[in-house]
Amino acid sequence: MRDNSYAAVMARRNEIMKRALGLDYGEFELGGLAFDYERMMEKAGYSLEEVRAIQKETNVGDTPLIELKNLTAAARALSEPGKGARIFIKDEAANPSGSFKDRRAAVSCYFAQHHGYKGVVAATSGNYGAAVASQANMRNLKSIIVQELFDSRGIGQPEILEKGRKCEAYGAEVLQLTVGPELFYTFLRVLEETGFFNASLYTPFGIAGIETLGAEIVAQVQARFGRNPDAVVITNAGGGNLTGTARGLIKAGAAETKVIGASVDLSGLHMASDRDFNRKSFTTGHTGFGVPFTTWPDRADVPRNAARPLRYMDRYVTITQGEVFAITEALAALEGLERGPAGNTSLTAAFAIAREMPEDAIIVVQETEYTGAGKHVTAQLTFARENGIEVRRGDPAEQVPGKNIIIPRDPSMIRPKDLSMRDLKASYLRNALKNRPAGSPEALTEVETAFLADEIKETREGLKELLALARGC
Amino acid sequence: MKVPKGSWVQIEQVVLRPEERAPQVPEDTKAVPLKLWVKGTLLEDAFVGETVEIETAIGRRLTGKLVAENPPYIHGFGRPVPELLSVGKEFRELIERSGRR
Repeated sequence: MRDNSYAAVMARRNEIMKRALGLDYGEFELGGLAFDYERMMEKAGYSLEEVRAIQKETNVGDTPLIELKNLTAAARALSEPGKGARIFIKDEAANPSGSFKDRRAAVSCYFAQHHGYKGVVAATSGNYGAAVASQANMRNLKSIIVQELFDSRGIGQPEILEKGRKCEAYGAEVLQLTVGPELFYTFLRVLEETGFFNASLYTPFGIAGIETLGAEIVAQVQARFGRNPDAVVITNAGGGNLTGTARGLIKAGAAETKVIGASVDLSGLHMASDRDFNRKSFTTGHTGFGVPFTTWPDRADVPRNAARPLRYMDRYVTITQGEVFAITEALAALEGLERGPAGNTSLTAAFAIAREMPEDAIIVVQETEYTGAGKHVTAQLTFARENGIEVRRGDPAEQVPGKNIIIPRDPSMIRPKDLSMRDLKASYLRNALKNRPAGSPEALTEVETAFLADEIKETREGLKELLALARGC
Repeated sequence: MKVPKGSWVQIEQVVLRPEERAPQVPEDTKAVPLKLWVKGTLLEDAFVGETVEIETAIGRRLTGKLVAENPPYIHGFGRPVPELLSVGKEFRELIERSGRR
């Protein structure tokens, strides 16, 4: 009989993954800490045209780009003369299961179907579960979704309860767990028992699926204005949304467009803590995922993560839970769009960043998500209050994640905080050096140096300086 | 209460006991077991609390403690949030005051 203890299953992870992904990541390794990212994306992923065709088969993509005229007017009311960019939003809620995640699921399910897998498994508490279940149905695959949902009292996050319900509505088997990183252990056991495909968010398929989103934004802005957008703001958690969108922008010829990541500030809350679990009102799009995955992508459930945000990110800002709730309310009240709230993280940042940009500039928010019971400002703030979180109007600067949620007293108080790109890059380098295989030569090889410079979007000079910072000299 | 065979039910499994949990989890999490809930069709008549076998929505057979017969979805929209009710109006007043479009 197979040993199914935690340690034994984790020790088998590589062989389980290899079978569940149909991919040998070993062939992309370049020695030391380097691997050939572009070759992995090319060889294992699909071209933009192929992805478009795959997504068309299951009605994914081609979502509307909506100008938010009233929110733009509000941003201008708070700006110096001549400032206040036009804000646009890509209405990804129009995808079959209600979010951009359908783009990722579409490609994974296509691959699984064409490689003879009978079903797909995804470890997710987010919209991705519904996306996988929905796309699996269209491709005649079975689906299993593994969620982290309850604390040890059996109390579930309303947002995740809704996501679980939606997966069940699509006929998925939904495994709902209490808090803890051992979700990955359960996930591995399911993959081993079923022989299903690992529809990970972090494979080349999962990232290639989002490239169409970036490319559509360029095409839609070009068609209306004959030019590229100036900035695209992207909610950042695991890094895939940002990586895929940015790659799509570049492939569509908008390499100069600024790529801005945004996360909800949940600093101080421990993501694996049973006690902290229900003290947050955002279950994704927050710094608890965004920062660790940005500074070390290879912590994911695949040997090499295809989501590598520092390769593309120009700026990374955080905003508070209360600010996102206020903007979600404003989106409904001013624009007639009831969406989010979690997906409105990037919109909240864009509302404030538009104030810094000229009036004729174009800033694009690249997603919306469906809203519903549990996934709504009223549901999430009611739940927060029931869990002892103080909800009040005030200055967002006074927020303490897990203690209070401050709805800004005035729209002018919605201001993102910049994270230091220098610190993020140095932190990535520290992690890369720490994870360098044992027995590597003391000095970095030429291949490793080139790899690291690409990984953090720096010149050789910039890399040298940041390596010194990372090494603490 | 006896639950008849063929009912849609929820079962509970203890995946890892506290002493089996991963070394890196924080103390509060390590103090409690990792539990799992899943729904399916009950394969034999049983009482709540008994160990039973179910067939899940995709046809897998799983074993666990019977905890509920067809549990309801309990999430809703909660209550309106007084702190948010005036946000739309405040944004509109801001636009009107500035006269900018």
